[in-house]
Amino acid sequence: MVEFTLPANSKIGKGKTWPKADGATNVKRFNIYRWNGDDGKNPQVDTYEVDMDQCGPMVLDALIKIKNEIDQTLTFRRSCREGICGSCAMNIDGTNTLACTKFIDEVKGEVNVYPLPHMSVVKDLVPDVNTVYAQLSAIEPWMKTQSPPPPDKERLQSPEDRRKLDGLYECILCFCCSTSCPSYWWNGERYLGPAVLLQAYRWIVDSRDEYTGDRLDALEDPFRLYRCHTIMNCSKTCPKGLNPARAIAEIKKLMIQRQF
Amino acid sequence: MSTQDRPLSPHLQVYRWQWTMAYSILHRATGVGLAVGTLYLAWWLLALAGGAESFATVSEFSGGIIGRLLLFGWTWALFYHLGNGIRHLFWDAGKGFELDTAAMSGHINVAFSVVATLALWAIAYAAA
Repeated sequence: MVEFTLPANSKIGKGKTWPKADGATNVKRFNIYRWNGDDGKNPQVDTYEVDMDQCGPMVLDALIKIKNEIDQTLTFRRSCREGICGSCAMNIDGTNTLACTKFIDEVKGEVNVYPLPHMSVVKDLVPDVNTVYAQLSAIEPWMKTQSPPPPDKERLQSPEDRRKLDGLYECILCFCCSTSCPSYWWNGERYLGPAVLLQAYRWIVDSRDEYTGDRLDALEDPFRLYRCHTIMNCSKTCPKGLNPARAIAEIKKLMIQRQF
Repeated sequence: MSTQDRPLSPHLQVYRWQWTMAYSILHRATGVGLAVGTLYLAWWLLALAGGAESFATVSEFSGGIIGRLLLFGWTWALFYHLGNGIRHLFWDAGKGFELDTAAMSGHINVAFSVVATLALWAIAYAAA
């Protein structure tokens, strides 16, 4: 449902400022969303003054430095630190991206860091991703076949058919795109969102998959697919440079084409 | 604690406006405006059916400053929505999804809607 304002328990208050270390001259201020389920308070934004002369170049470097040296209670997900696991997806400087591949230098002035938008917050920068995972499993993101596999080799694919998966298979499921989409914000329980629809298309166009029709049937729904209004936030924000909006448009095209 | 108590992370409050995002919501807004504007046209037609006197009343309102402003906004909304509809036709054909193209087509549509609105009113005033 469309709700422009935050619920009462989600309104953001002013937090505390953690001053810079003595002697730091090259300071960058990080304003970071904080919430925990223990103290019963509303979310707040804490400001951390970080010495850039003693910090790596990425936003994730700064977050880790803050956690190590300033405030151990700061909570966030991270793993690979090279843009392939998707764990550190968050809203940085107004758009969604991976903290590990976002240069601090790219942000003019203070660095605002929030969790992925319009998500239930578990703690600080950690959103609850159960719904998006459930939606992903709903589209059955694996190869489905009726014919038996060849006895002596794998299911083969021509180079042309393989190329149709370029721009799709690279998705790391960080959900930056889905959580950037206003349509997903308002209808996230029924609209599948760009990340899941890109995955759906990845299996729809796979020449080896034999359930294309069933997959399209499952998406033929006013909400699951057709809440996409080509707002394009998904493609704009994708940290891997993919284009979910185009993938969704290709699904819509197939819906029309199969009627003739 | 129950998960029901968890806060909702900020969305519109923190998300940086994108060109394509703004053009998209303008498409919705102009669509709503056009629907309301159609009621105004229906009112005008009803007045026409009602006879010379009622038609004169509505025409007088339409010719006044408020009426003209409403009609000016309505014609702009019409051209914006029309041009953006053509953008959607291209998207439906799977074209124009490159980030630069998607933003540029929106800029062009804004320019088109302004120029077309001014041209229409210039022609209307020249003919009056």
